[in-house]
Amino acid sequence: MSEDSRRTADRISELLRTEGEQVQANVTPFNEGRYRRYAEMDDTEAYRSEARRIKEDAIERLPELIEQVRETVESNGGSVYLAEDAADANEYLREVARGNDAGTAVKSKSMTTEEIDVNEHLERAGVDTYETDLAEFVLQIADESPSHIAAPAIHKSRSEIADLFERHFDLDEPLRTAEELTAFASDYLEERIAEADIGLTGANFVTADTGTIALVTNEGNARKCAVTPETHVAVAGVEKLLPSLADLPPFLNLIGPAGAGQDITAYLSLLTPPVDTPAIDFDDPDAPGFGGPGDREFHLVLLDNGRTEMREDDELRETLYCVRCGACANTCANFQQVGGHAFGGETYSGGIATGWEAGVHGMDSAAEFNDLCTGCSRCVEACPVKIDIPWINTVVRDRLNRGADASTFDHLVEGLSPDDESAGLDLGKRLFGNFERLAAWGSRTAPLSNAVADSTPVRIALERVAGVDRRRDLPRFRRETFRDWFHQRDAAAPDDTERTVALYPDVYTNYVDVERGKAAVRTLEALGVDVTVPDACGSGRAPLSQGMIETATEQAKAVYESLGPVIESGRDIVVIEPSDLAMFRGEYDRLLPETAAERVAENSYEVMEYVYGLLENGADADDLAGPNADETPSEAARDGVAYHSHCQQRTLGLEAQTVAVLEAVGYDVITSDVECCGMAGSFGYKTEYYDLSVAVGADLRDQFTSPGADGRLLLASGTSCADQMNSLFERRSAHPVQIISPEVDRIADRRR
Amino acid sequence: MTTIDTFEQSLADLPAAVDRVSSDGFDEALEQCLERPAVGVSLPFRDLSLTDHPVETDPSPSALSDARTGVTPVGPAVAEYGSVVIPSGVDGAEQVSLYPDIHVGVLAASDIVDSLAEAVGELSEGIADGLTSAVFATGPSGTADMGSVVYGAHGPESVRVIVLEDR
Repeated sequence: MSEDSRRTADRISELLRTEGEQVQANVTPFNEGRYRRYAEMDDTEAYRSEARRIKEDAIERLPELIEQVRETVESNGGSVYLAEDAADANEYLREVARGNDAGTAVKSKSMTTEEIDVNEHLERAGVDTYETDLAEFVLQIADESPSHIAAPAIHKSRSEIADLFERHFDLDEPLRTAEELTAFASDYLEERIAEADIGLTGANFVTADTGTIALVTNEGNARKCAVTPETHVAVAGVEKLLPSLADLPPFLNLIGPAGAGQDITAYLSLLTPPVDTPAIDFDDPDAPGFGGPGDREFHLVLLDNGRTEMREDDELRETLYCVRCGACANTCANFQQVGGHAFGGETYSGGIATGWEAGVHGMDSAAEFNDLCTGCSRCVEACPVKIDIPWINTVVRDRLNRGADASTFDHLVEGLSPDDESAGLDLGKRLFGNFERLAAWGSRTAPLSNAVADSTPVRIALERVAGVDRRRDLPRFRRETFRDWFHQRDAAAPDDTERTVALYPDVYTNYVDVERGKAAVRTLEALGVDVTVPDACGSGRAPLSQGMIETATEQAKAVYESLGPVIESGRDIVVIEPSDLAMFRGEYDRLLPETAAERVAENSYEVMEYVYGLLENGADADDLAGPNADETPSEAARDGVAYHSHCQQRTLGLEAQTVAVLEAVGYDVITSDVECCGMAGSFGYKTEYYDLSVAVGADLRDQFTSPGADGRLLLASGTSCADQMNSLFERRSAHPVQIISPEVDRIADRRR
Repeated sequence: MTTIDTFEQSLADLPAAVDRVSSDGFDEALEQCLERPAVGVSLPFRDLSLTDHPVETDPSPSALSDARTGVTPVGPAVAEYGSVVIPSGVDGAEQVSLYPDIHVGVLAASDIVDSLAEAVGELSEGIADGLTSAVFATGPSGTADMGSVVYGAHGPESVRVIVLEDR
């Protein structure tokens, strides 16, 4: 393992131990609440589409909106300052403080001010600055950075906060309950607010037509900060601009559910400053009318800090649609285990943080955590503005790969990886990205290749050079590939076939997991389908997951060359591996010309989805095997199955079809509700992420070893999910199609 | 369910109470929920006033800090969430609804609309006419930052909405 990898591994292990449990306990209700509320609202999808459309339009028209908001805010009586970067913004804020002769400022939560380190700069200018959001207040005292963009202190437990307060404030009586801690902090901060000269807030949205800032909050501190001192300064990234007040509702309906699973937050403030509400002069405590209104002053600081460049960058632009709700963090299996102190850069954390960090702080900051995104895609349906967060992570990974220096070990893998990537690409990435070539070689030379791969010196070398953790079982390559089997077998096509399909021989099915391919063929043929197996290469998923976009594009083109004519001839494409189907239906849109991508997407089906369609259209489930068949691939399955769908399959909305087919043939099915198994393609094989991968998998293990699940046959749709499950459980797992296939291949009951 | 039922239902899980009264019953309803000392801003409803109640309507900073209850008019309100809009101007309704422990909002039933979008639509006219502060408040202030949910973080710990059914 390299020095860098070891440092990463140590840091992750440390955070798994110190903060992971608290992070998971705190984000789980947010995540579950979002699922609940998204399902409950009639218009969730309409809101998301509308929010997306509005953001696209706003960013497109950004320069115009900046000019418009300047005019409206100025005509309302406020000032607008467009700050080029952090230094520029901080200099302006210092000027405002000086102009107000300010000794203290109070702040509500704002990630944008974290981005530019406002507190430090104001302190240096002699302004005592207090965070009033209770979580930020805790962090300010602890001198720590946020671990989540919306709930910054999720890594802190109540007892840690109690200890912190006791030490910091030298308390005679320790505070114990959440009520006591909250009361203490809000009383202390009420005094700070009362004496403050400036109130600093962020802004969730700024409407250009009216100069209104929308603040989405729960505690009420932002309301106090905005109206108690005479001077209010709002700091917002330029991307917060929306054309019109009328654009707000879809965002306001979504942001509470998306962020913390709340139907709505306690407060949604629409302030059009300077406000008429009088300031309160606590220095004159007994004067009526809040002590005389005084002169209101309002400054809107719009921060660029790299955003204009992001807007001009076709791949990073989407990041600017982000509303900073944190849903992508809450739903992320890796984030749930380690929080934003590992899964984050200088300021931002969670899936979308890669885009923000690359844009505002630079590639070095993004590089710190970019690999923690496995591309599982669960965040895509969580994001209220439908940002393709995995794609942003892939693009940044690709750019990081290209920026890397060539290392001395490169010649070792060059023979196996004639790809289109730059010479400096990490060897582990290159190895996993070119898995197909390795698999083809391994198959040709099996069983020798498997024996060699299992030898200790080879595992040590693989770990040292390419970061493949030696605690993982490596795939066992099969001498007879799925394609060989198919072409050599002696079987006639079913009579009177109404449907014809081409079963896509993905790399794993072809070289490693041949049984699921056979089972798929037999299942389809039993339902009267004519099956061929085309000579198509890997989908490009493996290189894409390593950020090797050019290699993935070449493979996508090659796949289309094979599948295009097959589709033309009227065959449907049936896919076993969900991550490959996700390529066909998703990323191909970015890798292939539009018509090619559309054609592949529209004609491709996941195998159980296809079976479901056949059954819905009159095929007979009795032609398939079930728990009551004379022969069964697994005795355990007679008592029921425990099914873990694949993350990308669930994002495609295809879990239910598998369950429906299994139930149709008579199996009793329970399903997992974890976001990801933790393996996520090659992720769990990498030494620096092994501990994290196992920690993520622990949730799945707990679910499927609990009473009612234990003893059932384990099923997984994805290859890497099956690999992970085979290492998590004593029982062996199978693909769902293997237990409905009428010609039975027995599934080993034990793993070894 | 009528709009007002929906509104009431939406607040059911929060430390928030809804009193449905006719204008005749307003004084009694207010009297019952008023905890002293109380501050308030004057009500825009004909024949209804805070002057007969122990409510200070032009409070000093210290009166505001010390107040147990703050009374303000609210509206529009959103049935689907149980939200009330607190409009604020020179009357200082924003602080009166925020600093005391209990916020009592007085709402005309006819001001309850079904959706947040409708309420924003209504407000946009007001904002165009110079309404500089409008806050959708749904239940009391709250935080989960100290280990579990606590109501009354920086704002009120409970809210009460007096709905005037004949207005």
